[in-house]
Order: sequence, then structure tokens, then C-alpha cells
Amino acid sequence: MATVTALFFAAYRDLVGSGSVAVEVPDGATVADLVASLRGRGAPFDGLPSEPAVAVNRSYAAHSEPLRAGDEVAFIPPVAGG
Amino acid sequence: MSVHAALTVDPVEPAAVLGCVGGSGDGAVILFLGTVRDHADGRPVLGIRYDAYEAMASDVLREIAGEAADRWGVDDLTVIHRTGELSVGEVSVAIAVSSPHRAEAYDASRFVIEEIKKRLPVWKKERYADGQDSWVQGTTPEPVPRS
Repeated sequence: MATVTALFFAAYRDLVGSGSVAVEVPDGATVADLVASLRGRGAPFDGLPSEPAVAVNRSYAAHSEPLRAGDEVAFIPPVAGG
Repeated sequence: MSVHAALTVDPVEPAAVLGCVGGSGDGAVILFLGTVRDHADGRPVLGIRYDAYEAMASDVLREIAGEAADRWGVDDLTVIHRTGELSVGEVSVAIAVSSPHRAEAYDASRFVIEEIKKRLPVWKKERYADGQDSWVQGTTPEPVPRS
């Protein structure tokens, strides 16, 4: 198992009620596995979209991206800068 | 060429941003300011709170600024994005560009603001006159596979 940190911002942060959650994932897990595992916890996590935009270690990443222990996986709601 | 990009919680000083660009070889210096307007879809707005994924947003803003400067070969480019609580009329983003000719300066500036809206991890929550607030509907960033 590997521990990664899931980060939540803006509307996702409001939904989850926290900016950061430590999650254990199996070795070889991908971003998609992490999203599915979190949503599988039930409320409030099941309110997250099934395919949110994510950034792994501060770079946008595909859901097929494999995760490693210590990775920072940010759930990025639709952005609205400017 | 100097390219500068930063997020700040402090009020943006347009003159200071403008002062970061321009030289004797430039025939064009432009400044774009994004400001907080007092209405959204007909609803009176008192202010906006900007939240950012700061560590990533600094990198993305630098990336956008660098891409714009390279693509249009402008001389200097500075972009500053505000975070925190802003009132109506305050500057949320400032983009200053200088180049030998105006076309490149306008194009680079336009590119920067459009890319900010597409991929900068920043969010805004509008505060309305009726006491309610809500996150502004944004744009889903494209996942960029890492090489």
C-alpha cells in the first residue's frame, strides 16, 4: 500500500469539508483508482465528479497516471481565474 | 527580455506593473487590467474572493507568461494575479507587455488572459448584495499528460 494526499479546493473543499485527506491506495494504483476509492467512501465524497480534473504533484494529469507514495493529488474544480 | 509572473494577496498597483516592462527598443507598451464588476447576470455583486492552489498556480502562471513571450517574441511581460477578498473595482489581474510593434503586444496579452481562464488553478466566489455567495462556474482544464 502507498499513502497519497488528496487536496480539495473551492467547491470541492466546501463539499468534502476539508482541504486535505490522506488516502491509502494499493501499489500500482492510478488516479482513476484513487477517485473511485474516495467516491466509494460514500457521503460527502460521493458528491465528487467521477472524472474530475486532477493535478499530480502540481501538474495536470490524466486519470491513467500511476501514483506513488507521497504523491499530492489535487482535485481541480472548473477554474475561474482572471 | 524579462518575464515576470506572480500571485499576490496585496492590492495590485497598475503603475508598478507597467513599470516592469518597456525599453528603448519598444514602440508599444500595453496594460490590461481585470477588475471586479458590480453585477453578475443582473445580480448586484459586492465583491469576489479568489482562492488559489498557490504552489501550482505560481508555476502555471509562469508557464503561461513564458509561452506568450516566446510565441510572440515580445520584449517584456509581467502578469500579476490577486488572491483573497476583493471589492468592486479592485484589480484582480494585471498584464503588462512591451514589444517593438503593437500587434505582438496585444496578441501576447490576450493569450495570457485567455490561458489564465483555461488552466490557472484559481477559483472565485461572488458575494451578492442579498447576502448570498456562490462559486463562479468555470472552465474544466484539459489534463496535459506529462512527458
